[in-house]
Order: sequence, then structure tokens, then C-alpha cells
Amino acid sequence: MQFSEAWLKSLVDPKLPTAELGHLLTMAGLEVEALEPAAPAFTRVVVAEILSAEKHPNADRLQVCQVNVGEVAPLTIVCGAPNARAGLKTPCALVGARLPGDFQIKQAKVRSVESFGMLCSAKELGLSADAAGIMELPADAPVGAALRDWLDLDDHLITLKLTPNRGDCLSVLGIAREVAALTGNALEGVDCSAVAAQVADTYPVVIEHEAGCPRYVGRVIRGIDPRATTPVWMVRRLERSGLRPIHPVVDVTNYVLLELGQPMHGFDLARLRGPIRARLARSGDKLELLNGEVMEPAADALVIADDSGPLALAGIMGGVGSGVTEATVDVFLEAAHFTPDAIAGRARRHGLSTDSSHRFERGVDPELPRFAMQRATRLILDICGGQCGPVVECGPGAASKAPVDFRPARARKILGFDLDDGAMLGILARLGMTVGTEGASVRVQAPSHRFDISREVDLIEEVARVHGYDAIPAVTLRGDHTMLPAGEGARSVADLKKLLVARGYQENITYSFTSEEVDRDFRSQGEILPLLNPIASQMGVMRGSLLGGLVQSLRHNLNHGQERLRIFEAGRAFISAGAEDQPQRIAALAFGACRPEQWGEKARPVDFFDLRADLDAMLHPRVAEYRPAAHPALHPGQSAEVWLEGAAIGWIGSLHPRLSQKYGFAKAPVLFEIDLRPLLEQGAPRYQGLARFPAVRRDLAVLVDDALPLGDIEAAVRDAKPGLVADFACFDVYQGQGVEQGKKSLAFKMLLQHTEKTLTDSEIEAAVAGVLELLALRFNATLRG
Amino acid sequence: MNLDEILKEAEREFAAAASLPVLDQVKARFIGKSGAITEQMKGLGALPPEERKAAGARINQVKDQVEALLKARRDALQAAELEKQLAAESLDVTLPGRGEGMGGLHPVTRTLARIEQLFASIGFTVADGPEIETDFYNFTALNIPENHPARAMHDTFYLEGGHLLRTHTSPVQVHYMQNHQPPIRIIAPGRVYRCDSDVTHTPMFHQVEGLWVDESVSFADLKGVLADFMARFFERDTLPVRFRPSFFPFTEPSAEMDIGCVICEGAGCRVCSHTGWLEVLGCGMVHPNVFGHVGIDGERYQGFAFGLGVERLAMLRYGVDDLRLFFENDARFLKQFA
Repeated sequence: MQFSEAWLKSLVDPKLPTAELGHLLTMAGLEVEALEPAAPAFTRVVVAEILSAEKHPNADRLQVCQVNVGEVAPLTIVCGAPNARAGLKTPCALVGARLPGDFQIKQAKVRSVESFGMLCSAKELGLSADAAGIMELPADAPVGAALRDWLDLDDHLITLKLTPNRGDCLSVLGIAREVAALTGNALEGVDCSAVAAQVADTYPVVIEHEAGCPRYVGRVIRGIDPRATTPVWMVRRLERSGLRPIHPVVDVTNYVLLELGQPMHGFDLARLRGPIRARLARSGDKLELLNGEVMEPAADALVIADDSGPLALAGIMGGVGSGVTEATVDVFLEAAHFTPDAIAGRARRHGLSTDSSHRFERGVDPELPRFAMQRATRLILDICGGQCGPVVECGPGAASKAPVDFRPARARKILGFDLDDGAMLGILARLGMTVGTEGASVRVQAPSHRFDISREVDLIEEVARVHGYDAIPAVTLRGDHTMLPAGEGARSVADLKKLLVARGYQENITYSFTSEEVDRDFRSQGEILPLLNPIASQMGVMRGSLLGGLVQSLRHNLNHGQERLRIFEAGRAFISAGAEDQPQRIAALAFGACRPEQWGEKARPVDFFDLRADLDAMLHPRVAEYRPAAHPALHPGQSAEVWLEGAAIGWIGSLHPRLSQKYGFAKAPVLFEIDLRPLLEQGAPRYQGLARFPAVRRDLAVLVDDALPLGDIEAAVRDAKPGLVADFACFDVYQGQGVEQGKKSLAFKMLLQHTEKTLTDSEIEAAVAGVLELLALRFNATLRG
Repeated sequence: MNLDEILKEAEREFAAAASLPVLDQVKARFIGKSGAITEQMKGLGALPPEERKAAGARINQVKDQVEALLKARRDALQAAELEKQLAAESLDVTLPGRGEGMGGLHPVTRTLARIEQLFASIGFTVADGPEIETDFYNFTALNIPENHPARAMHDTFYLEGGHLLRTHTSPVQVHYMQNHQPPIRIIAPGRVYRCDSDVTHTPMFHQVEGLWVDESVSFADLKGVLADFMARFFERDTLPVRFRPSFFPFTEPSAEMDIGCVICEGAGCRVCSHTGWLEVLGCGMVHPNVFGHVGIDGERYQGFAFGLGVERLAMLRYGVDDLRLFFENDARFLKQFA
């Protein structure tokens, strides 16, 4: 909502400097988004009249003008503007004037002719971008008058960013009411007194949808002067509110909209066919809007129609076929009340947003149409002449609002400070509320323009707002504190992130949406989840995996000069739209050298087992099982499903060569993606007694088939629990000389221990033989000689 | 050799031994099995008994002297050898350390951690909720009915089946209050989504929602807690703050909180649009209709809620001037926040 400060001050003048007025509004919840002067500062510019203009003796494009600036003798001024001509009224900057851009006007010799000032273009005065010639003022401009005064340029343009609940402030009168309530200054009324009918003409109106249009006020005005023009003062107010003058009748309806907040519409009476109907749109309805668009109103859209079809999208925009034009002589004026429910969402659905729909969506004072009609009638008769018919009001009117009970004690409890009853009720009264007592509580009736007031808390807010939020104390925390629970076995996401950071990983945050193509590359569960209204197709679907984002981040960083990257991200993957199907995950990617480039270690590329060590560290002290399994984005021979305590929790592997090629990596990055939830419950430690007898180590090397996973052997030993074996771990894998093709040698370290005695050699031998027998039986393993 | 000569000889020989092994060989010639001193001892028997005692004492005296010489020489050689070893073993200690370097947290995570830490210190716990939401949780339960103009301000992303991406973290309030009765003191950090992308908007960003509901949590408490938080967050005890009336359908009274510009200290700059103030969060007293939707008695309980933008705080805190950097994941940007 943009308006002129001068207009506001014509209704209420709090005698505040502009900046303070702005602060007052902002701190009352009417946020000032912009506050700028109507024109940039300049001095000593007056209205002048060119008496004569003759060609400059020494320059083809210059003229020497005699200019009347209201002093005894005319001034000689050299001017280069093509439109400088005798009889023209134009702004003149006198010697000593200071123009925008700190440009000072001095007496000067222009090609040997003395010039005593400058005739100005609108651009030179900062009034518009028009630099084509000097500014042409109307013939009635008073010569010698200061231009700033005559054009009222010391005004300011104030733009408010109004919240949707304050539809009552979408008018200069509404803002003036607020200022009056906040400052206690008197509010000037707007003349809405009845204009008596001069002719008997009326036009029939039928409301077919009273729920959406409870009130329709219409009036015929006959015989307006088609040559009438909108007066300068009105044009100025419209322009300073961001509207262009169009046609005097349209300008008046726009003016009333800005002044009172009531959207109105003027029809050309001659173009109406049969009664006006406020009805819902029907199939087949078509309407060409004022913006030139031909549209079919949706079935729940309210239209204003006549026998020929829809004339306007009610409360949103008029149609071209029935509006006033330069030829219009007889006018039918509409001032109707449409309910927010009937308007809200419709304009947006049709891609429209108009001053009218903006107001009706937020609510308009339901009692306003009859006043606005009188106001508009008077203005039209003043400007365009003509004769008005009687006002015709249709519809039951909006249901009156029920009064609201207000408990001062409740207000004090919610706000947390003491303000006495009288002060609170005084605030409500200043806002135009009728305050009466009803037993223990106070009964408050809001005025019709405060249609937003419907419950007690609305009144509490008004009290706080007008009293001033700044006047409410800020209370520092006090009271009974209980310790928060802190599970020792719980681990936070932050803990896990820090662990990865300590292992060299940089955290990334990538978008939760990606392209369908990327999602297909990385999703291993669920269906594609498209957005219906994506920003762009690269952000068209919700990610089913975090891996795609990391791969794209790798791509980005390789393009920007990185050669080695370790990155991770924690966030949700989206299996489906269900609340339980959006698991929190943590994913990591490693690419490039195993270690940062350095002097002390031989470089080697990072591989699966480097990454696995990082994942194991995250799980520590629990131990995961890695089961060979295929994932769409991972190398089928270098990928595993990660299992923890009987549940699959994620994946680890090298990027599939197909995808490495597609995303342009010379070597495959290694990645993992793990559900976060299982990692967050770790359990507290529990002491177990120390063994009192020494453990004995025996190493065992066996030959097995090349394809046999180590994990199978470990699982078999774990399950069989061979006697005395306290630990069984592989420390060497060997293939090559001495091992036949298709086989591999695995070397294991075994720790043998008895809880109650020191082991004898024969007991040790028997235990080793037992393990060997198990391996031979299950995996056809042979002892390596 | 008489004893004096032996002593002189030993002194000379020991000094001439350049290493410990040589010294050991030389030593044998004096105090070994067939060393000169040992020979002298053996000669004692040939002396008359009355001379033996004095001669023996004299031999022992020389032996002690020889051993002392030997020890001194050994110590000197050992010290020299240690010196040599130390010299040989010296490193270029200015070479960098070996092994993996450190990674770093994302600046948004740093900021979130800081917010969580400050609120944890006054008893707020962290709550969480889904990011694909239903209309009920994102709008209806928060008192934003269909067609409400406030919905238009949210630029919502929609999915099939009536689902949408949450436009704010406020739905977590609803989930939490459906499952917990007051006293409630939570913050809910997380990703939110709006269908908007330009220099100052990214379609995804982070918010922290806060909610404190009890029997007498008032607007004055709201002001106290949030003013305190901002002062602690920016580590400025005298940070100016102001609360302006505003509108959110799920709170009433509602407020926007401004802080004095932390870039220009209120003098006016581009960041604060020359107002001296920065809008940092929205807040208000929980609306009775929200309590109604979640089954909490709004006459008995009251409280406040707030929502703040994490990237905005991170930008102000670290001086980042382009929002989009947060999601480009450029290593050169991210490593500055390690």
C-alpha cells in the first residue's frame, strides 16, 4: 500500500516529522517498507513563461528566450530544448538554484550570449525520466510561484507492507484512523453525505449468490461530459499511490478505493443488456478482462453478469466489453461487498492480483459500499457533471459481528505485565470499539471496519499493539528448573559429524530435491517423488538417496580445482511421502589420494577399505557386518549392504563405472549412506571381569577358494564358538607365487584363553586343530604348508 | 714397569683410545686377567711378608686410580657417541605432520549447534518432524485455512496425493503438542522449502522453531528469552532489540523481532537497508486455535513460539554476503568455517 503523506495529513495531522510518522506506523505493526520524497531536493525553481524564443546568433540548436519569472523584467535564458517556444509555461531554475545531483545554476555566457538561469526538463528536476525537452506546465500555472509549492513536491511517498489481517488499513482513511488512535489526534471525516437523486433512473440488480455477495449498491449517473478531465489534485494523489490516470470515472473509483478502501466499478450503461446479476460462473462463460486476456471463470468464481454473459470477475477485474470509455455518457456505478471466502484464491488461480482482489481477499468493511457510493457520486458530478439517480441497495448485508468478551486480567496474564483496566479499555475505545460491562467481563463491539476482531485474543493484541510492544517489559528467565534427561547411550548427530570431521571429511548441505535423472541413478528404494511445481527440472523430484548430491558436489569441486575430496552430508532421504518414510541418513564420499598430498607417505588412491574404516569408526564399539549385495549406483563387485544387530542400515561401495563415466570421474569415488537412527543408540559401557590367565597367540594360514568372502569364515567361526578361541581375525590375504590359481591364502591370528587356568601345549594344539577342521569342513580349506 | 709407569702408561693409552671397543681392549692390558696390575698382584707373593702389606696397598691404590681413569674416559666416549647419535638423528621439525587432515562442519551446522547450545542451557530440548508434510500440519492446524492470504506468502511446493514440502518448521509444534502435554520447551531445527529462487532466496533453507508452553509463559517472557538469545548469539551484551507488531495466523499477539544492525552498529548500511535494524525472527503467543487443534487447554496453558532463519543468522555472524554459497558446497567456501 503506497500513499502520499500529504493525503494522509489531510485526514489526520499528528504534527510529526515524516521519519517519526514512519516509525510510529512501523512500531504499530504497519511496517513502513519504503519512505521516499515525492521529488528530490532542489531550490529556486519557479514557474516561468517563455515570452519569446529566437534562434541563437552563434548556434543552430540553441534559442535565446525571454522568460517571465514573475519579476519586473524578463530574464534572458539560452535554451537548447526543441520544445522551447513563446507562450509555454515551464520550470525555470534561477541563478543560485541547486538542482538534484548537486548541480548549481550560475549566470553563464553561452556562445557569447549571457544566460540568467535554466529552463528545466522533468529529468533535470528528478521528477521523471523524460529528458526529451523542457517540462510543459499547464497554461494556468501561476508564473513566479515556487515549483515545489505549486506541485506539492515536499510530499513523501510512504509504502506500507501490511500483514494480511490488516485489510482495514488498505486505505488512506484506514491508516488515518490508526494514526488518530495512536496519537490521539482528531480524524477529519471524508464527505460521504448523501447526494440526492436528480433523475429517477435505476438499473435492475439481482443477487443470485448472497453468501458471496451480501450487498450490492448500484446507481445510475446520466449525461456525464465525455470531455471532462481528471483534476490535477486527484491525478497527483493517484500517481503518488502508484496509479496512472485513465478516465475520470475510473479515476474516481480508483480514488475512492484508495481513500476509503472500497473497490468500485463503473459500467457504461449503454453497453449493459438486461439485469445485472451477481452469480457463480457457469460452464461456457467467457470473459475478456481489462488486461486483454480472455478467460473462462472457474465454477466457484463469482461473476457480475448481464444477459450477454459475464461482465466482470466479481471483486477482481472488470471486462472490456462493459467498462467506461471516452464515449461513455451514462454510467452505472457498482459498490458491492464480496466476502473473502468468495474471492480468496480465485484471482491467484487465474494469475491475477488486483487492488480490488487484494482488498476483498483480506476483507472490506461490509458497511462501506453505501458510503463509497455517495463519495464517488459527488466526485463524478463535480468532475464530469451529469445527473444521478437514486441509490439502489440489494442483498441482506453482511451478518453483524457478535460482541467479544474481554477479561482485563486475562490480558495481563498473557502479556505478563500490569496495565490497569482503565488504560486497556481506553485503548479499545480509541480504536472505535464500543465498550460495555457484562458481569465480570467487559463486552466489546468492534466497529464494522475492524472485521478482523472476533475473539478475546484479538483485543489483547490490540491493547499490546497500541500500548506499544516496547512498553512491555522483557522478563529474564526465572522459576523452577529441572535437569534435562541425558541418556549416556545416546549419541547425537553432531557427535557423528565431528567424528567424520576429525577423519578429514568436510560437511556439505545439498538440496533435498534433484533431477529425475539423478534420482534414478542413485535411488535404491521407493518410487520417484515428483514435485508438482518445481523451480526447475534439475530440482524436480525429492531425493531417494543422499549419494547423488555428494557426487554432484564432487563434480562441482573437481571443476573448481580440487583433486581430492572427502565430503559428507546428513539429512533426509525420501522413500515415500509418508512421515515414517523420510529417514535421516548420513552419507560420505571419498575421492582422490588416500591422504592429503604430503612429503612423508607414498601416495595411493583411496579405496573401499579406507572408507570402510571410517564407517567402522562411526559404528564403534559396535561391529557391522558387510554383506556383498548390489545397489544401482555401486560397482556390483565392490559394494556391500551394511548390517548392524540384525538390520540392514545402509550401503557402502565404489561408484558404478557406468556412473563414474557419466559424471566424468577418471576414477571411481567410494561412498557410503547409512541410516542415522541406529547410530544414535549406542548403549552405555558395562564392565566385564579381566582374564586372569595369559592368552596364547597362534597364527594359522589356510588356502581357500578365491571367491569365498572372509565374512563367511568369520561368521562361521563366530557361530561355531570353537572352544578356547577368544579372538579370531584375519591379518593377511595373499595370492601369487606359491598359491595356485583360483585360491587365496588367508592368515588368521587366534587368541586362545581359558578363564581358570594356564593352557598346556596339548590343549592349544587341540584347539587349533578344531578350528582347522571347522574350516576344512565348511570351506574346504587346507592348511598352507 | 713399575707402578708409576703403569699409571702413566694407562693414562696415555686410555686417552689414545678413540672408541669404546678400543678402550675395552686397552683396559685388558692393565686390569684384565693378564694385565699389568694383575701381574703386580701376582708378584706380591715373592715379597717378604713384612713388605707385602704396604706393597699390596700401593698396588690397590694404583688400581683404583687406573679404574677411575678408565671410567672417566668411558664416560667421555659415551657422551661423545650420544652427541654423534643425536646429531645424526636430528629431524627437520619444520616439515608438516603426516596423515589425514581435518575436515570441517558446514556453517549452517555451526550456527545450528550454537542455537541449540544456547537454548539447551535454559532447558529446551530438540524436536524433529518430517519434511514432506500434509496440508493439516503445515497450514490448517496452524490456523491457516484454505485460501487464506497467508498461504500465498508461503510459495508452497506440492507433491502428489495432497502432500507438500513444509514451508516452515512450525508443523513440528503441532506434532509435538499432539504427543506431549505442557510444560513444553522445545526447539525444532530443520530444512524448509519455498518455491522461490533469486539472489536473496533459495528454494531450500533452514529454520529453527521454538516453543515454550506452560501455565503462565507470557509475552514478557517471550521478549526476555529472545532478547537474551540474540545478545548471547552475537556475543553483545548491549545488543539493541525491538519487537514490532506483526501477523502470523498461529500466534497472537504476534511480533517481528529486530536487532540493531550488527554490521554497521546502527549507523545504516546496505545490509540493514540503512534503517539500522535487522529483522531476525517472527514470534508470538500461541494462538488459541492452535491449542484447539492439538488438544491442549488454551485457558489453562499459554506460551510463545518463534521461528528464525538460520542462514540469515549465519550470514550476519560470519559476514557471508551471498546466500547461495551455502548450497554450492564449494570446498574453498566451506573450509573457512572449519
